[in-house]
Amino acid sequence: MSETIYTASPSPHIRSNITVKTIMRDVIIALMPALIVGIYFFKMNAVLVILTSVVSSVFAEWLWEKLTHKRITIGDLSAVVTGLLLAFNLPPTIPLWMVIVGAFFSIIVVKQFFGGIGQNFVNPALAGRAFLLASYSTAMTKWTVDGVTTATPLAILKTGKGTLPPITDLLIGNIGGCIGEISAIAILIGAAYLFYKKIISWEIPVTYIGTVLILTLLFGRNGFYEIFAGGLMLGAFFMATDYTTSPVTSKGKIIFGIGCGILTAVIRRFGPNPEGVSYSILIMNLFVPLIDRKTAPRIFGEVK
Amino acid sequence: MELLTFKKGIYPPHNKYLTEDKEIIDMLPKEELVIPMLQHTGAPAVPVVQKGDRVLKGQKIGEANGKISSNVHSPVSGTVESTKQIYTSFGKKTLALVIENDGKYEEVKYPEKRDYNSMAVDEIIEAIKEAGVVGLGGAVFPTYFKLMPPKGATIDTIIVNGAECEPYLTGDYRLMLEKTNELIEGLKILLKIFPNAKGYIAVENNKEKAYKALKDAAKNEKGIEVCYLKTKYPQGSEKHLIYAITKREVPSGKLPLDVHCIVQNVGTVISVYQAVVFGEPVISRVVTVSGDAVKEPKNLRVSFGTSFKDAIEECGGFKEEPVKILSGGPMMGISLSNLDYPVSKNVTGIVALTKKSTDLSDETSCIRCGRCIDACPMNLMPALLDNLSRLNRYDDFKEKGGMNCIECGCCSYVCPAKRHITQSIKKGKLNSKK
Repeated sequence: MSETIYTASPSPHIRSNITVKTIMRDVIIALMPALIVGIYFFKMNAVLVILTSVVSSVFAEWLWEKLTHKRITIGDLSAVVTGLLLAFNLPPTIPLWMVIVGAFFSIIVVKQFFGGIGQNFVNPALAGRAFLLASYSTAMTKWTVDGVTTATPLAILKTGKGTLPPITDLLIGNIGGCIGEISAIAILIGAAYLFYKKIISWEIPVTYIGTVLILTLLFGRNGFYEIFAGGLMLGAFFMATDYTTSPVTSKGKIIFGIGCGILTAVIRRFGPNPEGVSYSILIMNLFVPLIDRKTAPRIFGEVK
Repeated sequence: MELLTFKKGIYPPHNKYLTEDKEIIDMLPKEELVIPMLQHTGAPAVPVVQKGDRVLKGQKIGEANGKISSNVHSPVSGTVESTKQIYTSFGKKTLALVIENDGKYEEVKYPEKRDYNSMAVDEIIEAIKEAGVVGLGGAVFPTYFKLMPPKGATIDTIIVNGAECEPYLTGDYRLMLEKTNELIEGLKILLKIFPNAKGYIAVENNKEKAYKALKDAAKNEKGIEVCYLKTKYPQGSEKHLIYAITKREVPSGKLPLDVHCIVQNVGTVISVYQAVVFGEPVISRVVTVSGDAVKEPKNLRVSFGTSFKDAIEECGGFKEEPVKILSGGPMMGISLSNLDYPVSKNVTGIVALTKKSTDLSDETSCIRCGRCIDACPMNLMPALLDNLSRLNRYDDFKEKGGMNCIECGCCSYVCPAKRHITQSIKKGKLNSKK
C-alpha cells in the first residue's frame, strides 16, 4: 500500500460557495438602507438601540453556548441578524435595558431553548418584540418624529385623531414608527438585493402584501396607502421570509403569505391595536410544520 | 434553438477546459497489470487461466458467471504471475489476476470483419456479451442484459448518453469528436436489435463541436436524431435524460424499459461497434485524468489493471499536493485513500483535487432554507429525508420517497450548512432495504 493517505469522504466532493454565514451577511447588507434611514430620522436614539440590541444578542448567544458547552456559533452572524431585526422592530425611545431584556429573550428563550439556529419555531426577533410589547406596552408604543411625540399613520387611522401624513412621507420614512420600518423605499432597496442574491423568493412577500392590499380595499379603505404603513414592508420581506420559521416548499410559501396577509388585514381592521404584522407572522409560524407536510412536492416518477 | 432538459438540478462549474481540447492518447501499459475479476455490476467473473499461464492480448481470462456478469480480457500478452484479493475503486473486494506484461502485445486471432446487417440479433448480442461490454458511463451494468428486455416489453427509443454532466470529465466528449462514425455505427447496431425504435444521441450544449460533428455525420441517417441538451447537472442521469427527450417519467422503482427506453453511454456504444464488427473485447477505456493537482491533465486510453498512480504519472504527476483522489467526477465519484487501485471498466476519470478546489467544511445545523428542495431533480425533500435517516426512522423515510433518491449529490452541493445530505440518504436507503 502507498504511504500517502488521501482524504476519503462521501460525494459530492465540491460544494457551492454559499454558506450560512454568506447568507446572513447578505441579509445584513440588505438591512443597511433601512438602518441608515432609521439613524437619519431618529439620530442617536436609533444608534444606541441598534448597537445595544446587536451586541446583547450576540453576547446572549455566546454566553448560552459557553455555559451549555456547545459549539460557539456567533460566527455564522445569525445573532447579528436577530439583533438588527429586533432593533428595527422597537421604537427609538425605548429604554436600553428593555432592549437587553428583549435580546436575551429572543436569543435564549426563543432560539437556544429549542436547539439554536434552524430549530426555533417562531421568529426570534418578532417573539422578542411581542414579549416586550406585552411587558412594557407604554414604552413600546411611544412614537416620535423629530423628537416630538406623534402617532403612527396606522394609529391615526384606527383612532381617527390627527392628520395622516402624505404617502411620500411613508416612502421616505418621515413618520412615527419602529426604527427599521419607517421607510418603504429603504426596505424595498434591501429587498431587491435579497432577490438579486436569490436569498428570498417572491412567494411570501408578494402574496402577503397582495393579500393585505386586496382585503384592505375590500374593507373600503385605502389599501395602496396602508401597505406602506406600519411594519408590513419590513415584515413581508425580512421577517416572514425567515427560513427557519417559514415553509420550505413554493406552494407552502404561497399559503403562508396569504395566511399572514389575511391575519394582518383582519387585525388592522377589527382588532383593538392599529397594527398586526408581528402577531400575524408569529401565528403563521405555528402553521409551518402542518403546511410543509401538506405541500410536499410530487416525487419524479411517483404513481398515485 | 430550444434546449431539452429536466426540472430543477444545479449548475456547478464544469471545469472541462482543462482537458476538452486534448486528444485521446493511448497510454502504454506498464510491466505489471492487476486485473480485477469484478469490473461490473453483478457476479464476479471466474478466472479461466492459472498462475504461470501465458496469455495473449485480448484473451478471455475471466468468464462471466451467472445471469448478470461479464467476461474479463487481458489487455496485454504476458504471464499470469499471481492472484490476489484487492479492493476495486468502487469499494468491492474481489479476486484480481496479476499479469506480467512481456511487451510483445501478441494478440488473439480476431474474426474477419463482419457486416452487422447480415448478422442475426442473437449473434449480435452474443458478440457484445463475449466482448465483456458493460456500461462505461460508470455504472458498469452488463450491456447484453440491457439489450434483452423481458418478453412483451416494447422498446421504441434508444438514447446514446453523451451528456457527460460530471464536472472535469471529457472522455465522452473526445470520443464523440474522434470516433463519430463508430458511434453512429454502434447506434445502428442497437437499432438493428430493436428495429421499431428511434435512435437519439444526446449532447449537452457545452459540447458544441461534438454536437455539430454528430449532426453532420447523422444527417443521412433516417432513424437517428441528435438532440441538444441544456448544460445542467445531473443531465446525464438515465431518468432525467429520458425525461428531457421523451417527456416520459420512469415510474418509481421501475426501469427505463418500462417507458420503452434503453439508454447507453457513448463509450459503450463504440465498444458495441468494435465487439460486433471486429470481435474486439473491452480491454481499455478512456479516462480523463484531471483536477487542479495534476500537472498536465489529459484524456488517456488506459488498459485495465494500470494503477491510478501510473495513470497520474503519465500526466506528469502532481504539481500540487492533492487532498482528494477521485475515481469518477466530483459529484458522484468515489474518493480513494491511495493510488494503488487499478483502473477498471468503471473509471470514467481520475480527478485529483487540492484543498482549495474541494470542500472539507464541517456540518452545521439545517436552517431550513429549502435550497435542497429547489435542487433535487427527483423532487424529494432532502433535508427531511436526511433528518429521518439520522433518526433511524426508516418507515417514514420510505413513506417520504427516500428510495427514489438517485444519489446525484445536488442537495449536498447547494446546502449552505454543508450537511452531508446525500450520504445520510444513502445510509437511509441501505438500512431501509434490510
